[in-house]
Amino acid sequence: MFPVLTVEDLSKKYGKKLVLDKISFELYPSDILGIIGPNGAGKSTLLYILLGIVSPTTGKIYYFGENFFKNRSKILYKVSFASQYISLPYSLTVEENLKVFAYLYEIPNINKTIDELLELFKLIDKKKTLTRALSSGEMMRLNLVRAFLNNPDILLLDEPTAGLDPEYVKYIGDLFKKFSQKKGLSIILTSHQLGELEKIINKALLIKNGNPIAYGNLTELFQKFGVSSLEELYFKIFV
Amino acid sequence: MIFRPKRVWSVVLRHLYLLKHSLSRWIDLLYWPTVDLLLWGFITLYLQKGGYQEGYWVFQFLGALIFWNILIRAQQGLAVGFLEDVWARNLLHIFVSPLTIFEYLLGLFIYSLFKAFIASLLMAVLAFFAFNFKIWIQGVDVFLLTACLIIFAWSIGLLTMAFILFFGQEAEILAWALALLFLPFSAVFYPVEVLPESFQAVAKLVPTSYIFETFRQILLKGYTPYVFILKAYVLVFVYFFLSVGIFILAFNFAKKTGKITKIGE
Repeated sequence: MFPVLTVEDLSKKYGKKLVLDKISFELYPSDILGIIGPNGAGKSTLLYILLGIVSPTTGKIYYFGENFFKNRSKILYKVSFASQYISLPYSLTVEENLKVFAYLYEIPNINKTIDELLELFKLIDKKKTLTRALSSGEMMRLNLVRAFLNNPDILLLDEPTAGLDPEYVKYIGDLFKKFSQKKGLSIILTSHQLGELEKIINKALLIKNGNPIAYGNLTELFQKFGVSSLEELYFKIFV
Repeated sequence: MIFRPKRVWSVVLRHLYLLKHSLSRWIDLLYWPTVDLLLWGFITLYLQKGGYQEGYWVFQFLGALIFWNILIRAQQGLAVGFLEDVWARNLLHIFVSPLTIFEYLLGLFIYSLFKAFIASLLMAVLAFFAFNFKIWIQGVDVFLLTACLIIFAWSIGLLTMAFILFFGQEAEILAWALALLFLPFSAVFYPVEVLPESFQAVAKLVPTSYIFETFRQILLKGYTPYVFILKAYVLVFVYFFLSVGIFILAFNFAKKTGKITKIGE
């Protein structure tokens, strides 16, 4: 099986400050990789570099075997992103926001796709609602709908369950697993909710001050560090 | 005492601190009085000369106002369109999609044309019905100049966007202010000859001075000085390509420094 994403020696400096140092990993179809680290570890910066919105100082990124920096636009049709920290324009309705992005990704059957995804993320009754009237949890679910619009092969998520009620955290976690197992969707996500993260991910990359501390299959990491949960692993490495 | 001086001072202090750290607020504070004084000073000088034919003032103010508004709407269509995405914290969603920066700009150009068209149509119709002023009377030449004006407006819009990418949201005031920097030198409400010599030298480097001088000639004398149009186009393309270059530089800078992920926060 070929990796859908290969990251080689990725480093980033802001001025003289090194925020990421030689990060390398591979992502295969159906992998769910958790990027774990304390605040300021460089998790979001890594996601932004993988999305091409921040340029790396050194390193290489290959999506589906193609150089990301040479084929950015083509690759991003199959890569999507959602973050708790980024909203959609408040003065548009839920449907209008989604239509803008549907055109942007040139997806077919716009209305049908939007309705199906709004059903899936339990937002169908908010279709005509102004985005500013959504709660923070609904906004995050709308971000996820937007991220799924282009039927991505790879999904990058920054704190996707922050602000969600516990029942939605579980629902969306299950949804990620379902998409991963049945459709081969690969996911990279950051989250501070380690308990929930452990239920979803099969791989982890632990970063401290931009340095990769550990990377690999979750069960192998547990064995290597002699721990039985992600929380234990976190405290052993970071605290 | 009906008020507590220290508490009032705290309000003043809050804004003084803001001013202390904000170059754009200083510019705002000093810039508008300067522009206003220069603009109305030159208009006054022009009016003092007197002895103009009937209908002259209609063009001077109505025509000039309509054309200046085309520039402002087109420029703001670009700069404020970009700011709308900044304010909505939507830039990241846009730039992590397959959309290229050129497609994004093209979309904004089209939107700015729409805004300029709506505003100019409204003003032209109102000017006709209320003042019997027909701005479209010289068809093709007016179209040529309007196109030039819009390209210049885009150049200013691109520069504004570049400043926002360089300096962050702090620079957003330029979306309203930057075009006005060119106003005193653009001969909008008075001919270039009214300006002092040093200002005339600057006006020669500003494409809008040729555009408005030509408008004036067309509408008042029915004569088109094509050499002015040529000069305006040469200058406007220099401005346009320079501003595209500066914008791309700013966009790459914002990606390199990570500023693009922070704008709007």
